[in-house]
Amino acid sequence: MELLIILLLVFMIIAALNALEGKDLLSSVVSLSAVGFGLSVAFLVMGAPDIAIVQVVVEILTLIILIRATIRHDLTTVAEGTEFFGLLVGVVLLFVVFLFGLEAVKALPPFGAPIMDAVASAPSRYYLEHGLKETGAANIVTSVILDYRAYDTLGEATVLFTAILGALAILRGRPLKKKKKG
Amino acid sequence: MDKSEKPVGMTLIVQTVTRWLKGPIILYGIYIVFTGHLSPGGGFAGGVIIACAFVLITLAFGAKFALGRVGKLLASELDSLGALMFVTIALLGYVGGSFFRNFIQMANPAPPFRIFSAGTILLSNVAIGLKVGASLFMIFIILAVIRVVEDKDGKMKMIQKKQGGDN
Amino acid sequence: MAFTLCFVLFMVGLYGVLSKKNMVKIVMGLVIMNCAVNLFLIMLGYKKGGVAPILEKKTNLADFLARSVDPLPQALVLTSIVIGLGVLALTIGICIRLYEKYGTFDITEIRRLKG
Repeated sequence: MELLIILLLVFMIIAALNALEGKDLLSSVVSLSAVGFGLSVAFLVMGAPDIAIVQVVVEILTLIILIRATIRHDLTTVAEGTEFFGLLVGVVLLFVVFLFGLEAVKALPPFGAPIMDAVASAPSRYYLEHGLKETGAANIVTSVILDYRAYDTLGEATVLFTAILGALAILRGRPLKKKKKG
Repeated sequence: MDKSEKPVGMTLIVQTVTRWLKGPIILYGIYIVFTGHLSPGGGFAGGVIIACAFVLITLAFGAKFALGRVGKLLASELDSLGALMFVTIALLGYVGGSFFRNFIQMANPAPPFRIFSAGTILLSNVAIGLKVGASLFMIFIILAVIRVVEDKDGKMKMIQKKQGGDN
Repeated sequence: MAFTLCFVLFMVGLYGVLSKKNMVKIVMGLVIMNCAVNLFLIMLGYKKGGVAPILEKKTNLADFLARSVDPLPQALVLTSIVIGLGVLALTIGICIRLYEKYGTFDITEIRRLKG
């Protein structure tokens, strides 16, 4: 099972590099959606069918939004001139972050042994044990997002609303003019 | 495309297939919303599927046709209705004692594995489905189809985005 | 190994954000980082040979408790994905607006035109 996850991750990394390095913007967008669909398959094999469904559909919408946003404009490639100093700073920063990240990865529990099993008082055990009895929902994920932790969903609704308001405010036709007096 | 300078939507094949498929897709989305507490799915997935159906209609038949049916105003009203419904369900939890309390299930526990078995979770799923579906359809309209401009009178008006070409 | 590769995917996204000049490429880097973080959270909750946290009529509860994967990260990621789509819409909106004002997607051009 872990081998399958690793293969999917390698596929996703290659697709991501292709998306970032591709010359044509349209093929980059298509390559980016390969990352998303690989992610959906990874969710499915890791026992999360809820998220796999959402990821597939959201990836389709992402593809549509990116294509509709970019296809009307010129698809000419941006000249990737190399700024030596900027590239150097970027590479050094990436290297430092990568080193720290590797240290952090060492501290994680091994793959396939969740924290829920190691800690006796983990809330996930309570949800799994009492979820059906207390909420009546057979899908424990639904009982968590809409009953035990519904504040999270309320916050999500707020963030989505704010994002729409922001997009609407940015894409207004002209900047708001001041009202003339008199 | 032929001589008509403003092609509306896509070709006849796409339009016919869309006409057949839009019903089943919306039905599938509603099914996903209503059985979210029994099987994989729920409000998020079902809402996005319904939004995808409307996006398909918009892409196939052109913006004018789709916006005649489901305008941006209706989408924004449904969005607000979903949010209001969710907060109302949360506030009704005070009947049982606290915010977001599942008061229906607490009062009379129904047998599990039925469609009416989880109290407020079904209602919350419907609210979240409305909210997410309307929001994402509105995002699509805002980004890809229309522009909001201001009239000389100061009124907000929606126009079609210009086809190609900048400024 | 799997966690390390997931981190490498995150670093690919970060590389795109740091070094690309096309604004749409930068947004793509953000999307890749979002994907990597979601995958990392789900991997934290995975149990070897685990089943999805969904009960059926004939499921034995003790057996289910021993085999199910962690439901809490799944619930958090479910909201995170939809929020990611909202953030993508906002950033693409900013890109379109900048394109209409300056006529290019290149951020160095925009920096030069500003003054």
